[in-house]
Amino acid sequence: MTTTTLAVLVPLLPFLGAVAGLLLGRTAPGFVRPLAVLPTLTSLVLAALVAVRQGGDAAVNAATELTPTGSVPIELALYIDGFAALVAVLVGLVASCVQIYSTGYLRDDPRYPSYAALVSLFTSAMFLVVYSGDLIVLLVGWEVMGICSYFLVGHYWETPEARAASLKAFLVTKLGDVPFLIGLFALATDAGSFRITRVLGAVASGSLDHPTLIALLLLAGVAGKSAQFPLHTWLPDAMAGPTPVSALIHAATMVAAGVYFIARLLPVFEASQAAMVVLAVMAAVTMTGSALAALAQDDIKRVLAYSTIGQLGYMTGALAVGDRGAAVFHLLSHGAFKALLFLAAGVIIHAAGTNSLAAMSRMRNLRDRVPDAYWTMTVALLALAAIPPFSGFFSKEAVLGVAEHVVTGHTEHAPAAAGWLVLVAGLLTAVLTAAYAMRLWLLAFRGRGAEAPDHGRQPLTMTVVLWVLAAPSLALGGFAFRLLPDWFDGRDLSPTLTTSVLGTGVALVGGIVTYGAWRHTTALTARVPLGAVAAHPEGDAAQVEAEAIATHEPAYGDIAYAPDPADPGRLLLGPLHRHAAAGFHMDALYSALFVRPVQAGASLVRFLDREVVETYVRGAGALPRWLGAAVRRAQTGNVQTYVSALLAGTVVLAVAVVLVATGA
Amino acid sequence: MTAFTTAAETHGFLSPTGVEIAFLLVGLVTFGAALVTVTTRQLVHAALWLVVTLGGLAVEYLLLTAEFIAWVQVLIYVGSVVVLLLFGLMLTRAPIGRSPDADSGNRWAALTVAVAAAAALVWVVVDAFRTTWIDLDGPAAGSTEATGASLFQNWVLPFEALSVLLLAALVGAIVLSRKAKADASTPSGADTRPDTEGTR
Amino acid sequence: MHLAYPAVLSALLFCTGLYGVLARRNAILVLMSVELMLNAVNLNLVAFDVWLSRTAEETLHSGQALTLFTIAIAAAEIGIGLAIVLAVHRNRGTADIDKLRDTAERHDPDGTDHDALTAEQSGEAQKAEATA
Repeated sequence: MTTTTLAVLVPLLPFLGAVAGLLLGRTAPGFVRPLAVLPTLTSLVLAALVAVRQGGDAAVNAATELTPTGSVPIELALYIDGFAALVAVLVGLVASCVQIYSTGYLRDDPRYPSYAALVSLFTSAMFLVVYSGDLIVLLVGWEVMGICSYFLVGHYWETPEARAASLKAFLVTKLGDVPFLIGLFALATDAGSFRITRVLGAVASGSLDHPTLIALLLLAGVAGKSAQFPLHTWLPDAMAGPTPVSALIHAATMVAAGVYFIARLLPVFEASQAAMVVLAVMAAVTMTGSALAALAQDDIKRVLAYSTIGQLGYMTGALAVGDRGAAVFHLLSHGAFKALLFLAAGVIIHAAGTNSLAAMSRMRNLRDRVPDAYWTMTVALLALAAIPPFSGFFSKEAVLGVAEHVVTGHTEHAPAAAGWLVLVAGLLTAVLTAAYAMRLWLLAFRGRGAEAPDHGRQPLTMTVVLWVLAAPSLALGGFAFRLLPDWFDGRDLSPTLTTSVLGTGVALVGGIVTYGAWRHTTALTARVPLGAVAAHPEGDAAQVEAEAIATHEPAYGDIAYAPDPADPGRLLLGPLHRHAAAGFHMDALYSALFVRPVQAGASLVRFLDREVVETYVRGAGALPRWLGAAVRRAQTGNVQTYVSALLAGTVVLAVAVVLVATGA
Repeated sequence: MTAFTTAAETHGFLSPTGVEIAFLLVGLVTFGAALVTVTTRQLVHAALWLVVTLGGLAVEYLLLTAEFIAWVQVLIYVGSVVVLLLFGLMLTRAPIGRSPDADSGNRWAALTVAVAAAAALVWVVVDAFRTTWIDLDGPAAGSTEATGASLFQNWVLPFEALSVLLLAALVGAIVLSRKAKADASTPSGADTRPDTEGTR
Repeated sequence: MHLAYPAVLSALLFCTGLYGVLARRNAILVLMSVELMLNAVNLNLVAFDVWLSRTAEETLHSGQALTLFTIAIAAAEIGIGLAIVLAVHRNRGTADIDKLRDTAERHDPDGTDHDALTAEQSGEAQKAEATA
């Protein structure tokens, strides 16, 4: 088979698996698990094969036009360069892990068939985005991911949090998608084609008329999909979905799509200095804000969600300084360790029966209950905190190194201001990242208090994938930074001395300070009892998690916050803690700025309808009603009266007719 | 049209023929009997005055040379219809003698409508047929021979259809007047009860 | 003979019958009045037939044929009508038209039963009188 055929099969197989799963889910439950896992695994193998064959050489570029579509043709096009090949491998790896993990995680879930089919569809859509060489085909995958995320985040739709979160995720990403669509049209009109190769050619020849406008419009869609400030608010709430879905969304698919899209079309953005600065500001605000918020969250998954936003900020930061190699490098390593973090968090939630860190910090021996999750999560957190030699260190150093490169004025594309912004924010975030990684680890595994509840052994499917993912988290960076430049643009990705020392130093400082704070506050843990635990020793992990999410707000008064004085984050953040826990009140701000005016307008319209329009309607109805009441009195039931009236009318009519006929 | 106008010239209202005088007199009796029929308070008397009205009409038919119709009128109306009505009065236990409430409360409205209708009709009819003259000389227009010929030459199909209608009326009347089987055994004093329940 | 004489007599008889239909209370009297109206129409038909058979030389004799039909239908009508009146009398104990007010507009939902009940009671009372 040619590379093109293989590449076509990669998105097609999960799609067919999804269709078959939806069709057979009810009638043949035995086929559901193979139908969910096997196509994704095959796609992983094929994607790896495509990557090997492509090998970082010239991009595979193939297209076929199904039907003429007017002035700007839409083609079914493939465009596989090194970025696409490697990202597809990551997508396949994470999706396969998630599918295998889900068979254990949603073991007893009655809606597992539709869930697995949607995950397959999601994976297929991401493959389509990755491989597509045509912007409209890319958009199809982009939107399919949007609707799949809606369904998957709302998987526990019995809980109000999940319903609200799925709606929010859908609406916020759509809010970005509208400008994105307009931006795509503007881009295609300027370039005369939807093909990525031709668009890049047009950019290279400088025939783009409105680069800033187009870049900013596209940026809105990317901000929505990749959860960048100011459209990031859906991502923490999307934690109401099952943990494997969070892993899928955060590690490889949905949020990666935005970064990947910019990486593909980076020359378009580079054509506008303003867009690059906006991107840099966005990245800087997103990074630092989300890292602060992550330090204050109580829900373990929300910590990871804010961490995702921050790491995505690193990637957009790398793009803002014009190096997509570093961005995609970080995307790859982050995909591996973030998927691991989420899947391990799922195991921990199952074992602990709660998603609250405050409750976990009051449990003894949680790490002995879940040794696999403990060790792999430690690896992943070290990678997240960018401690050498874990993979996160190399990718993050690549980003910081590029930013430093720009600051010292060695590149012509990116403005130096962007470099400074990314560098400073990146270092600041590195401190905070290490701090919240440390806090998460300490609170989850170093708890003291009652014995952790026993939920039995974790299913093998759930623990094996953790080790599978732990390998790249541990070693990917160290091996890849030398090989990847061949696949990417060819720029050096090896860590520079200055940023390595600076980054590792601040990360260590963050970790040590957090440890100190924890030592200081941990004595309080025993004195303040806190926490609610969902105890279902027989239930599968999904059921435990759904209960944990549903009980968090009644137990602690807030979905993200717990009044725990033993929390080291509270000591570190001081007065900022309250605001950081609420995500710096972005939701309240949006509610005040957009939701309330819309609701006020709706109530105004309702008032107008109820009071004004309705009055006219009632007035119009009153006269006939009065007439009817009057006429009703004539209904005496006496037939003779009726006939009298009838004949009297007949006489009158006859006389009138005679008079008219005789012309009187 | 010329025939009508000449007729009008030759036959004025002020010089009536013998037939006209007879028609007028019988007509007055008929009308008077009809008025008594609809106003009398004795129900049986009303039926008997109806006999007078219908008989008067039969005489009018004879004067119009429609002899077959006249005899049919006597046979069917005077002979059977009035008898049926008298049966009906008896079966509904109509009081014999004066009944104070023979007229309903609707009588003034009825009077108004009737008088207005009469005025309009008489006015129109007189206005239209003031000058029209019926020539009653020559062979009778409604002799049995003429009527039979036209009836069985030109009107056979409606005639046969009418016989079906009569049959249907016959069956309908039997069905309506038949008592329900359940009532047959119950005493006559309580026989209204189940039917009343049934109509609810 | 002037056509006006039978025509006017017919109109007057018709209106007399009309009055009877509208004013009489007993259903059988109403039927009598209906007969009056039918006869008025018959007179009209005969008179115009005689006139037209001479003046317009019309040989179809439609007026007389229709008169015969009317008489036959009137006979049928009176039979059916009496049967209905008897059935009503049997059910309701009365043949008075102005007491048969089941189609009247009622203001309260309970009025239905109330009205029917009183009518029934009065009917039974009448019946009791008659049998006694």
